[in-house]
Amino acid sequence: MAKHKTPLLDQLESGPWPSFVSDIKQEAEHRHANPDGIEYQIPVDVCDDLLGLLEMSYEDGETHWKHGGIVGVFGYGGGVIGRYCDQPQKFPGVAHFHTVRVAQPAGKYYSTEYLRKLMDLWDFRGSGLTNMHGATGDLVWLGTTTPQLEEIFWTLTHDLNTDLGGSGSNLRTPASCLGQSRCEYACYDTQSLNYAMTLEYQDELHRPAFPYKFKFKFDGCPNGCVASIARSDFSVIGTWKDDIKIDHDAVMGYVKGEFAPNAGAHSGRDWGKFDIEKEVVALCPTGCMSWDGSKLSIDNKECYRCMHCINTMPRALHIGDERGASIFVGAKAPILDGAQMGSLLVPFVPVEDPYDEVKEVVENLWDWWMEEGKNRERIGETIRRMSFQKMLEVTGIKADPRHVQEPRTNPYIFWKEEDVTGGWERDINEFRKRHQR
Amino acid sequence: MAFISAGYNPDKPMEGRISDIGPRKFDEFYPPVIARNKGKWLYHEIVEPGILMHKAESGEEVYTVRCGGARLVSVTHVREICDIADKFSGGFVRFTTRNNIEFMVESKDEALKLKAELNSRKFAAGSHKFPVGGTGAGITNIVHTQGWVHCHTPATDASGTVKVVMDEVFAEFGAHNMPAPLRISMACCLNMCGAVHCSDIAILGYHRKPPLIDHEYLDNLCEIPLAVAACPTGAIRPSKTEINGKTVNSVAIKNERCMFCGNCYTMCPSLPLSDKEGDGLVIMAGGKISNRISNPKFSKVVVAFIPNEPPRWPTLAKVVRQIVDAYAKDARKYERLGDWAERIGWERFFEKCDLEFTEHLIDDFRDPAYYTWRQTTNFKW
Repeated sequence: MAKHKTPLLDQLESGPWPSFVSDIKQEAEHRHANPDGIEYQIPVDVCDDLLGLLEMSYEDGETHWKHGGIVGVFGYGGGVIGRYCDQPQKFPGVAHFHTVRVAQPAGKYYSTEYLRKLMDLWDFRGSGLTNMHGATGDLVWLGTTTPQLEEIFWTLTHDLNTDLGGSGSNLRTPASCLGQSRCEYACYDTQSLNYAMTLEYQDELHRPAFPYKFKFKFDGCPNGCVASIARSDFSVIGTWKDDIKIDHDAVMGYVKGEFAPNAGAHSGRDWGKFDIEKEVVALCPTGCMSWDGSKLSIDNKECYRCMHCINTMPRALHIGDERGASIFVGAKAPILDGAQMGSLLVPFVPVEDPYDEVKEVVENLWDWWMEEGKNRERIGETIRRMSFQKMLEVTGIKADPRHVQEPRTNPYIFWKEEDVTGGWERDINEFRKRHQR
Repeated sequence: MAFISAGYNPDKPMEGRISDIGPRKFDEFYPPVIARNKGKWLYHEIVEPGILMHKAESGEEVYTVRCGGARLVSVTHVREICDIADKFSGGFVRFTTRNNIEFMVESKDEALKLKAELNSRKFAAGSHKFPVGGTGAGITNIVHTQGWVHCHTPATDASGTVKVVMDEVFAEFGAHNMPAPLRISMACCLNMCGAVHCSDIAILGYHRKPPLIDHEYLDNLCEIPLAVAACPTGAIRPSKTEINGKTVNSVAIKNERCMFCGNCYTMCPSLPLSDKEGDGLVIMAGGKISNRISNPKFSKVVVAFIPNEPPRWPTLAKVVRQIVDAYAKDARKYERLGDWAERIGWERFFEKCDLEFTEHLIDDFRDPAYYTWRQTTNFKW
């Protein structure tokens, strides 16, 4: 028998898509039945009370969670977000309901052995409710009480060899696509760079020293499966400099219809016979491809590696061998002054262990941003306020036409005095010798 | 419920403390076929919706079965995932950026058996636990935020709206019948911890009433200068107010300058914005992340407001359906939703999606607004 009636939420149990309401109810029942005899460290009816509180929000059309408080583990300034409900008398099980962010393995692979241990810990010391995963990438645990935080951290670090993730004005938990582990498009080992950068910057991740949050994301290719160019202050996207490799027999296989285009992604509809002219050559945004009826040619110098032809014929076309990455800086969601996409800072950087070239860029950016950034100003906003040129200066990178979509349309150049022959100091009397008042 | 310590001693917090060790190393968790072929993959194929095959230089194949799920999952549910992984995929499992679950096996037969098994598992009330799909030119899982389940600033619920929309597009999740991938994202307030601003379709919670001012407590709970500085439009100023005959420090708000971003509430809990009638949803469309064919681009606001209609948000489901159907019917193969809208023109987009264009959809926020107005005779009737 459910503790609270939830007629509104019950309507989210219908329909085919997995119902989070059914799952929370399942967990509520499991905690009451407690078949494994667990000595639950937070109230047994935490799931019931979460459903009750949520039902109240469905009635009121308003949230019932208060502002977070400052809670955490000793020596860290992130990884835990304090959370309290505003109806603790009615729903004591969720009166204190803090979020714990646990660092996920890069690429989000798990063994069941590890995953079960994580779940056992959260069953014992938390609500038993999780997010697999949060938007930034962490494993998110929803709801525990303050006395459990140090205990959870102890078990994570001592028994599970795992740490907390980031929150607040920290480096946030970095995330990457699965990269070379299972993708032929990956131009570098995204998981390895992700792991190396996460370990290198543990201090920045756990102890807030930045003006605001800072996110790393690592995409293996321009397809951008972790959306780094939109979601990270520092986005590393795999690329290459040499030629796309062509297997001409396989190209012919696509033309003859032996292989489904785009790896079969369009199989649910009859789009007609594959037409390489129309579907590959004509859609190439740079017009660098041609097809003479038997052979595909690519003018690689003019290619900008959008991935369309490779995505469309993955058996026939392969990324080049001179691989590395481009670095984009400053993406963020709209708050406050509008959304920003990452802007290209480094067109090409080699990505090889120990990744010093990548680390140098980020450390230069941080030194500048920590000095100049205002409170709660993302680095993308600092760049806009202080100029792209300033970012080039602090990172020691030379301006390049690749940095812009187009050159400026106004001539309001902030010339520096040292750029102008003779400097700016002049004598008005000398001027007047040539020009009467 | 006796307190059980794991070993932490509050009197000596540094004793035996381990910190800054980071996550577990990713390659501990590779299925053997992945470990053997990493970096040596040749190509892939989507065998059928929800099943990917990757072929390695070695000739080995890995079959990945992808299934959807709610982002909010219980430990009981995750243990069931572990049971399935133990039985079918050698005790390994992976999660995707879009909250899908992937099991990797080494033959097509095993993959087909696993797909059938996953599709057969249901919750007590009847919804699927592990629907297989989310590949190719279809609609994959929605990335989303916490909403009313666990956050203090939302203007709507996230899990509920996502459930409703995924129910609506369930057939498309398990099929390859779109012109190109269609990515839907959901964020329950402008903070967008889900960063939905570059999605084919974005569902965004939004407030429409300026903050209430809790004058009596504000000066005790907030730093007034921070609350003032938090406002991007300069609508907040320090002021003094009379409460029960006593003068207190507080703030005043120029309501007509408020754009309802909620940043002041983030800095000051005495300025809540939530409101049943005020809050609701904005629909944005036409964004993308991929560099394929066209550049990454932001989503555009195409519906200024949909009221919150819990628990099933029928208007939201209907609007998403209209956009999905118009796009599926009209776009060319490989054409993302935003590329389609740009090719046919946004005037045609509104017509084909049967959405009303209102003045709210014309940008009036800062300099970028000007660049979105029409400055050519090239428009359609």
